[in-house]
Amino acid sequence: MHKLRQRYRYSFILLKQLVKTDFKLRYQGSALGYLWSLLRPLFLFVILYFVFAKFLKFGDGIPHYPQYLLLGILLWNYFVEVTSGSVGAIVGKGDLLRKINFPKYVIVLAGSLAAFINLLLTFVVLGIFMAIGGIGLTWHALLIVPLVAELFIFALGLAFFLSALYVRYRDMTYIWEVIIQAAFYATPILYLMSRVPLEVGKVMVLNPMAQIIQDARYVLITPKTDTIYNLWGGDRWVWAIPLSVVLVVVALAVAYFRSRSKYFAEEV
Amino acid sequence: MSEEIAIKVDHVSKDFVLPHNKVNSVKGLFMSLASNRNKTEETQHALKDISFEIKKGEFFGIVGRNGSGKSTMLKILANIYQPTKGGIQTTGKLVPFIELGVGFNPELTGRENVFLNGAMLGFSEKEVEAMYKDIVEFAELERFMDQKLKNYSSGMQVRLAFSMATRAEADILLVDEVLAVGDADFQRKCFDYFKKLKKDKKTVVFVSHDMTAVREYCDRAVMIEKSEVISTGSADEVASKYTKMFLQETKALKDGQESVDDMRWGDETLIFSSPTIEELDSKKIIFSATVTAERDCADPSFGFSLHNSMGESLLGTNTVLQKYPTKPFVKGQKSLVTWQLPNILAEGDYTVSLAALYNGGLTPADWWEESLTFSIKKEIRTPYKVQPDVQVTVEKIGGVKN
Repeated sequence: MHKLRQRYRYSFILLKQLVKTDFKLRYQGSALGYLWSLLRPLFLFVILYFVFAKFLKFGDGIPHYPQYLLLGILLWNYFVEVTSGSVGAIVGKGDLLRKINFPKYVIVLAGSLAAFINLLLTFVVLGIFMAIGGIGLTWHALLIVPLVAELFIFALGLAFFLSALYVRYRDMTYIWEVIIQAAFYATPILYLMSRVPLEVGKVMVLNPMAQIIQDARYVLITPKTDTIYNLWGGDRWVWAIPLSVVLVVVALAVAYFRSRSKYFAEEV
Repeated sequence: MSEEIAIKVDHVSKDFVLPHNKVNSVKGLFMSLASNRNKTEETQHALKDISFEIKKGEFFGIVGRNGSGKSTMLKILANIYQPTKGGIQTTGKLVPFIELGVGFNPELTGRENVFLNGAMLGFSEKEVEAMYKDIVEFAELERFMDQKLKNYSSGMQVRLAFSMATRAEADILLVDEVLAVGDADFQRKCFDYFKKLKKDKKTVVFVSHDMTAVREYCDRAVMIEKSEVISTGSADEVASKYTKMFLQETKALKDGQESVDDMRWGDETLIFSSPTIEELDSKKIIFSATVTAERDCADPSFGFSLHNSMGESLLGTNTVLQKYPTKPFVKGQKSLVTWQLPNILAEGDYTVSLAALYNGGLTPADWWEESLTFSIKKEIRTPYKVQPDVQVTVEKIGGVKN
């Protein structure tokens, strides 16, 4: 245990400072500062409420549709922030890499943690709107913890992969931009799962992001959400598919990152 | 000194693939996959089969010119680059950085940067907190710590960075050209710090152009030139070799890449031989050379100039300027030209160029660059080019009644 602490002490110290710096710089020079972490989801909610709930009426049949939508968008935004932000993370720290030897994964992990703290802050706003909307919580709500953990690990895995890949292939920024756009529409964030044919929905929900968002909505907002469970008619084993996707992505990404990280300093 | 080895560099080679041939776009990836021909790749050998050992407690210099590969060597020592071939074994904790102020962010305040840089050096917040006051005091920046770093002058940034670096706890330190920056006061601090490192028996790897510093601090040194070790030995030996090589190359460049033999020219009416340092102490420098006349010469004049290891001309004069009445030379005549000057030079390596001219000082008979080299050691060391004897007194002349 002591040895383990010694080994990771440096990483931990570095991680803490990098996350702090990220936060200090995030809203630097803005008058409201950290408040923006709360104001952004708040304004987002107002926009979503009017555009999708009041005018377009996307959410007919779903109770608390604005909150339902907000939760989906918050989780998705976190995913985009971590993955897109990670693409240039290693290259952006090139100056540092050439001058000091330190565990490279700390850079990616720090970016991901800073975004994660931000996600937790936005959950405060979500909580307020849930309270205003009179959404009662059951014990099921605790399942949000493993779901958010799954999201964290999935996004982090992709972040490792993308940041390492970008060191060698600078087209990754644009490619990932396109992928993320496509994925946004392939994931039931704005629209309801019930709008797509069942067979399509069955495939769509195997995407870890769709599974996470739908499950989170189910446990926090309304049981009327189509989750992997009810789409597949109660076949519990299908849950293993998105989970396996996450684990495989993370395993491959970590292996790739580890094999490349020795050469970052000379390649960036 | 303990004979234990702190760093063993074992047949290290480092190749870089030149970037213009690197596949760094997806298009390039597909192209190279499709054509399956990567033979156009060109490899640059930054280091070739380098081996040396650094003992524990040793102050070890790595000298070499820009592009010689010495910085790559340092990066490999710091484990920033991986060697292509060979390996490095280190005993003891190695400082991970090779430059001052690693991670400094201009958008953060001085105080915030201390904590950030402290983390880079492996200090927790608590540890930085404990030494914060000393760091700031040493950097002499008490009033500026809450200002953003981008508002600091470069000197202030270096002071802060150096103050942080002196805190690094390691058995082996890597120092890259710190002395190139900062004012005289800062350089003095650097020297004090080096002295302390020496006293504490730390192992220090010191990369520098400054042969005076190498001579003063290093026990041993290695010279890397064109990716290869060309000399290992005592700091004095290596520094002399370096200075010689540097001077020769500078000269060759000036003459348009001509060979070293062209450091001497003239129509040989008069010819210098056996230039000698006659006397060299802390007070004066006396050197001489024999002049032989190959032909009759009505109005000979003799001059010299003195250059430091950077190739800068420091001083010089000639018999005309000195208003010395040189008599005409007849064929076959030998004379001894002797120069004496006060030793006002700072510590370092110097070369003397001799000249014999005639025809009103217009025709060179024998112009001989770097006919002599010598080194000066002084007890006091200043970062300036000259260092004459200076007298100073501080005496009360009034202002307060007794």
